[in-house]
Amino acid sequence: MGKGRFGRYGGQFVPETLMSAVIELEAAYEKYRADPAFGAELDDLLKNYAGRPSLLYYAEKMTKDLGGAQIWLKREDLNHTGSHKINNVLGQALLAKKMGKTRIIAETGAGQHGVAAATAAALMDMECEIFMGKEDTERQALNVFRMELLGSKVNAVQTGTMTLKDAVNAAMREWVSRMGDTHYVLGSVMGPHPFPTIVRDFQAVIGREIKAQMMELTGRLPDALVACVGGGSNAIGTFYDFIGDGGVRLIGCEAAGEGVDTPRTAATVATGSEGVFHGMKSLFCQDGQGQIAPVYSISAGLDYPGIGPEHAWLHGAGRAEYVSVTDGEAVSAFEYLSRTEGIIPAIESAHAVAHVMKVAPQLAKDINIVVTLSGRGDKDVAAIARYRGHDLEE
Amino acid sequence: MSKITDVFTGGRKALITFVTGGDPDLETTGRLILAMRAAGADIIEIGIPFSDPIAEGPVIQSADERALSAGTTIDGLFGMVKRVRQKTGVPLLFMTYINPVYKYGISAFTEKCAEAGIDGIIIPDMPYEEEDEFLSQRTGAGMGVELISLVTPTSAARAEMIAEKAEGYLYCVSSLGVTGARTALGTEIGDIIQTVKARRDIPCAIGFGVSTPGQAAQMAAISDGVIVGSAIVRIVAQYGKGSEAPVKDYVASLRAAIDAS
Repeated sequence: MGKGRFGRYGGQFVPETLMSAVIELEAAYEKYRADPAFGAELDDLLKNYAGRPSLLYYAEKMTKDLGGAQIWLKREDLNHTGSHKINNVLGQALLAKKMGKTRIIAETGAGQHGVAAATAAALMDMECEIFMGKEDTERQALNVFRMELLGSKVNAVQTGTMTLKDAVNAAMREWVSRMGDTHYVLGSVMGPHPFPTIVRDFQAVIGREIKAQMMELTGRLPDALVACVGGGSNAIGTFYDFIGDGGVRLIGCEAAGEGVDTPRTAATVATGSEGVFHGMKSLFCQDGQGQIAPVYSISAGLDYPGIGPEHAWLHGAGRAEYVSVTDGEAVSAFEYLSRTEGIIPAIESAHAVAHVMKVAPQLAKDINIVVTLSGRGDKDVAAIARYRGHDLEE
Repeated sequence: MSKITDVFTGGRKALITFVTGGDPDLETTGRLILAMRAAGADIIEIGIPFSDPIAEGPVIQSADERALSAGTTIDGLFGMVKRVRQKTGVPLLFMTYINPVYKYGISAFTEKCAEAGIDGIIIPDMPYEEEDEFLSQRTGAGMGVELISLVTPTSAARAEMIAEKAEGYLYCVSSLGVTGARTALGTEIGDIIQTVKARRDIPCAIGFGVSTPGQAAQMAAISDGVIVGSAIVRIVAQYGKGSEAPVKDYVASLRAAIDAS
């Protein structure tokens, strides 16, 4: 059996040309993860550049309004660049720099990962090229300009469904063409080994902080953790430090789009099956012929036909639960959190908020739920206005 | 010896041609296979169209889209191969991404390959490290279906290990990048071939980016054969159901250039 397995999932299903690059990356990661100087440098960036630790905020008004469990918000939206993506990007860009790479490339869906990658490239004097589905460049026009402002080149990908999966295809095709000076900063816990492990390790800071903060604020572990799942990086970052704490429920919220009983969905666990794609064995939305399905969600960041291999494993092992949240529920949660707490969440994160709104009222008042707000929602305001029928230009 | 390796006996420089199955329809693919054989192709690769072919350039990506829009299925491809097999003995290979095979079931897929008359399979997104599951599930008659391995200019540290286990011929990727025409081809893959040959006498054929008869002759000179794909698919894109004659002419021009060198 090959490397990088999570149970039966994971692996390194990439063209031979890329094998030397993933092997080089794995060796470099093994070297630097054990290097205290690298750790100190990254910690310094996370603290003094990204603004960590992020707040754990008690959502008192939301808790009172829903009338059940205590609700805590892990505020990844307050990080520099406005999402959890910066955690991974600073780690990978620093690693790439140590490896002697001078250029990074990245895929992006909503643009959060692309903005984070462009930011790190600017900070570390690296060349940066972003691949983004053409449909997403239209949905998230402001983020495209933001990346360009930061000095990156943005390529609008016009193949296939012109969304996140096609952006990954394009980034992989670019990497296979140019590996010598280029590192591919994959944005989620997906792709070939060692990416699912690297990205998880760099995002695990979220869960470590939650654990320390909850111990300090409540004196005990939370009862449940809730996070949205596209590829699943903020969710695995939230869950990872708690996997061994059997009493803590881990709940991932997938994008159901218009509903899991319609073809307009991106809920991989609910509607997908086992397959091998984008370098990994995992669960994918696909047809009976093994063709990857075109998926849909209002959220460009969750609009992906697969899920990271560690999530597939956690699902199979019954350690984490995965639920589906529709566009409509996510938009309502987006508006609810804005009005109730004065916090505008990313539409991705609103999927997690929506699930909490469903379950919290039924739970006892001594139950603590932590929801990871993976990003802030400024980027989504125009799209939500359009969803509600307002013709708003960005 | 196998039907595939037999092609290379006596030092023959093989011409291996590729066509995307079902582009524009399966009937045309069947005619193209026979036409390419008649024009001097020694081995023919049939691409199973895939929604997300990450190793392909724009020409084959578009062909995959056309073939899928035309409703091409794996069972449809097996049927086409069976019909063609009655008219020619030319070694036939499938080139496919791993997911359609995995979804079909590795055992069922390889057995159906054998039954239809497919001699080998190329799976570009299944590297050496991930071959075990495929090899262990290749059962019954499917065990005779050879798995073609790839080496590339970045395989220096891996070429011997890959060559040791390789079946049929080694698919030697000419240069970095995806499939499709290149204006100039380097010869760095020649060094990898030397490494391979020092370890094991297995036929080595060069593909990716070979489009002109001149390039075919140049690559044949440093290997045991040449693989041409995108340039043929481009003709199919242009002429569709009427591509038989122009493809035949083009393949004949490659054959002539290889034989003359």
